[in-house]
Parts: sequence; structure tokens; C-alpha cells
Amino acid sequence: MATNDAGLSLTQQRQRAAFWFIVPMLAALFFVAAWPLLRTIWFSLTDTKLSALYGGSWIGFDNYLSLRILESGRWVWRGTLVDPAWWNAVWNTVRFAFVSVFFETVLGLIVALVLNAEFKGRGLVRAAILIPWAIPTIVSAKMWAWMLNDQFGILNDIALKLGLISQKIAWTASVDTAMYAVLMVDIWKTTPFMALLILAGLQMVPRDIYEAAKLDGINPVKVFFRITLPLIRPALAVAIIFRMLDALRIFDLVYVLTPNSKATKTMSVISRENMIDFDKFAYGAAQSTLLFAIIAIFVSLYIWLGKVDLSGEGQK
Amino acid sequence: MTAQKLLSTVGFYALVVVIVVFSVFPFYYAIVTSFATGTELFKVNYLPKSFNWANYSQVLGQPNFIRSIGNSVFIATTTVVFALFLAVTASYALARVRFQGRGLLLMAILAVSMFPQIAVLAGLFELVRFLGIFNTPWAMILSYVIFTLPFTVWVLTTFMRDLPVEIEEAAIVDGATPWIIITRVFLPLLWPALVTTGLLAFIGAWNEFLFALTFTSSETTRTVPVAIALLSGASQQEIPWGPIMAASVIVTVPLIILVLIFQRKIVAGLTAGGVKG
Repeated sequence: MATNDAGLSLTQQRQRAAFWFIVPMLAALFFVAAWPLLRTIWFSLTDTKLSALYGGSWIGFDNYLSLRILESGRWVWRGTLVDPAWWNAVWNTVRFAFVSVFFETVLGLIVALVLNAEFKGRGLVRAAILIPWAIPTIVSAKMWAWMLNDQFGILNDIALKLGLISQKIAWTASVDTAMYAVLMVDIWKTTPFMALLILAGLQMVPRDIYEAAKLDGINPVKVFFRITLPLIRPALAVAIIFRMLDALRIFDLVYVLTPNSKATKTMSVISRENMIDFDKFAYGAAQSTLLFAIIAIFVSLYIWLGKVDLSGEGQK
Repeated sequence: MTAQKLLSTVGFYALVVVIVVFSVFPFYYAIVTSFATGTELFKVNYLPKSFNWANYSQVLGQPNFIRSIGNSVFIATTTVVFALFLAVTASYALARVRFQGRGLLLMAILAVSMFPQIAVLAGLFELVRFLGIFNTPWAMILSYVIFTLPFTVWVLTTFMRDLPVEIEEAAIVDGATPWIIITRVFLPLLWPALVTTGLLAFIGAWNEFLFALTFTSSETTRTVPVAIALLSGASQQEIPWGPIMAASVIVTVPLIILVLIFQRKIVAGLTAGGVKG
């Protein structure tokens, strides 16, 4: 009994120490995350301007949606929720997120399978795929902007020589191709990250399973879909959600690669534009609040439906 | 059978070559372009024609570009030191001490790291103005806590969970307090994890764009990504591709070297956490 008593007080002592270890971190996170988020939501309910941050007054949900009935009896809806530019940005973001994550997952899976095989020069390949990941996004955007340049770009040159296109394309400037340009660069830059996450999952699949399947003469394709894929599903689910969240908030690549293009403007880009460039601070705050809400709903649904254990506590 | 095997081997290595070329080519081409000047820029060259350092001397001759490198180094280093300092103690508590609501707390921290940064931009802008640090490095150091701190806490927590429990028990028997356990027992074991986490957080801070773009207003306070994004030529129409590529190579080569040196550790750090579930 005596040891039990001592153990209890030790536990209490440890818990008290833990409390004081966690408080500074939580205070810092409150200061830079929770508080600014609450202020953003507050701003979205006012008519604050960038030039007078404290001069705004409460206007309720007018930045989101408001109805004015004119004397002629016409109904006029205003606010972000009836703003075609906003819905264009929503559509751009969602389209970008799904297409890019889809390709990154498929290509990442292929790269991960290659890296999981034993072959000469594997270390070299792994080093090579880390390069796109290590390059700052802004630098990749500039590099690709140059390669995609309409007159002097190397990609037009290659495509012309291969006969894939009949004339040079203004990839980043044209409304039809701007989204492809953004997708191309993002897929190039992020597939390595995806591949590494999936590879970590693959390496936990015991090798003897493959040996057994090989002995039984089972088709490798079947092995992949029946054995490998189900076993790496948890790793895959986590990798996809991380990428999806990143894709939904994309800002820098779009901002630098295709400035002011209607075809690629995402939710983050349009929010910042309103907030900082157009002096519609509160309106931009409303749009960024909506983006936050969309992401929060998406995450909750995904975790709930997929029963994804993100905290890693389950393994203990 | 052997023909088939040969074919699949050839196919496999062809795939490997495609992956490598696809990964490396854009950076290779940036290097080729950075050595080209004048009319050479307007011809597509697959191989370097000459090694002309003019673009490099032009970029490095701009005092503002040097300043922005200095700004980035200062901001990223300070951010990382601060984040690691707070994260080591917090992750010890999260990894080694059982208490109610631990899982919930971990989820909350993860949620912060997934925040869309734009959602806090308005509030942070107000905070930065209020503190009088707009257009100074401190604006970035403050705002980068939002993604470096959750990340470092998260990764260090997973590393600490894997440390053997016997070491800690022995220390407790010897009467060590939690603070002693962290500083004397765990830190020596953790330094590889600290290097990895610190490096990843450093890269994150070095590459950040949205906050750096919004919280700076003069050329002398810009960080490297903002400086490169806004690097302009003599006229609006003329984009100085040569110097842009030279600047890109200058700020990327150190990162690539670091990443290649620490590649095993980085892969471990990136994949630490949820993936194990």
C-alpha cells in the first residue's frame, strides 16, 4: 500500500509539472492562432476598413448576405454568398484541390512503390525526388513561369518538337491553360512529399507477405490491390488529408505563377486581395472565415467518415 | 521467361529515369538559365552554352537582396529557436505524462497546424499593428509561431513517445524531477530529433510567403521569397529572367545541400506522427 501511495503523489507531481510545461505553449498558440482567428471572425461582422482598423461598426451578417428591398419593390441581394467572383474562387479551389491531390496520390504511390523495391541507385533516386520538395514554392513558381514562358519557354519548345502542339501556348496567361500550369507545378512539387509518406506506410508491410504471395504465384497486380493497398490505407488516408488541407488553402503558387488570372484565383487569393489590396478589409475577413469553415467541415467529415486516427494515440 | 524478365527490368529502370529527370530537370534548367545573358536567354538551350556570372554579380550587387537573405536567416533562426524551446518541455508532458484530455489537446495542436493561414491574417494584421511591429522582422517571427510550434510539438511528441520507459523510471527512482529528466536525460538522446525538427521548421519559415508579403512594406524588410517574387526589371514589361534564376539558385542551393545531408533524418521527421497509426 505504501508504494501505491507514493506512486500516486508522484503521478500528481508529474501532472503538475506537465501542466506548467504545456501552459507556455498553449499561451503562445492562443496569442497567434486562437485570438487572431476570433478577431478575424469579429471583423467579418463589421464594416472595418484597412485604413481605420478600429473605426468599424457592427453590421451583422451583411458581409455574407444582406437583402435590400428597393422602393420599386425589387429585391437586391448583396454579400459574399451572392458574389460570382467568390463562387468562382470556391470552384477554382475545389477543382484544384481534388485534381492535384488525385494525381499526387497516384503518382506518389507509383514513386513509393519504385522506392520500396530494391535496386542499385535507390539512394540517388530518393535524393533526386527530395529536390522539388526542398525548393521554396516561390522559387518553383518562378522556375516554372520561365519554363512555361510563351515565347522563350523550354516546354513550348519541347512540345513543338514532339509535335504535341502546333503553336506556342501562353500557359500562364491564357484563361484556358492557367489552371493546368498551376496543377503541373503543384503536382511536380508535392508528389515527392506524398511519395515519402506513402513509402513510410509501405515499409511497415512485412516482407514475408510478398514472399508468400510470390510462392503462391499470385499476380503482382492482384497482390497490390488485395494486400498492399488495404495495409497502407491508414497511411494513405492521413497523407491525403494533409495534402487536401494544404491544397484548399493554396496561396503562394497561384499568386506568383498566374497573377490576377480569373481562371486560377483561389479562396485564399481573393480573400487577401479584398482585405489588403482593395481596402475591403471586413469583406475579405468574411471570405477567409468562410474558407476556415469549409476546411473545418471537411476535416470533421473526413475524420468521422474515415475513422482516421490522427493523434496516433490509438497505437499505444 | 528471361526475355520477359529483361523487359520488365528495362521498363523499371526507364521509370526510374523518368522520375529522376522529372524531379531534377526544372532546377537544372534554372541553373542553365542563370548562366545565360543577353540574347542567349531568348534561345532555348538544353545544355549550358557558357558560364557567365553576370547575373550572379548583378543580384549580389543589390544591397536589398543581401538584406533580404539576412532578414530570412534572422527570422527563420529566431523562430526555430523559440519554437524548439517551447516545444521540448510541452512535448515531454504530452508524450510521457498521462493526464485527462491529452488526446484532445494533441488534436487541437494538430488542428492549429492545419489552419488556413488566411483565416488568421486579418486578426494577425491587427495584432502586428497594435504591437507596433509592422514592417519589422518581429512581425514574421510572431506569425510563424502558428505553423512552426504545432509542427515541432507534434514531431517531438512522437519522438519522445518512442524513448524507452526504463531510462525515465531509473531517473525517477534516483529522485530526478521532470525538469531534470528533460534537460539531463532526454535532451542528449533527443538531439538528432531536434536537428531534424529544427531543420524542417527552418525550411518552413524560410519558404513562407503570405505573412511575409502582407507584413512588410519596404524593400529592406522583405524576406527572400518576397524579394524574388517582386524582383522586377527596368520596365514593367521586361522580366529579368536571368537575375531571377540566379537569385533562385543562390537561395535554393544551401537548402538542397542541407536536405541531401540530412535526408534520412528528414524523411523520418516528415513521416513521424499520424502515419504510424
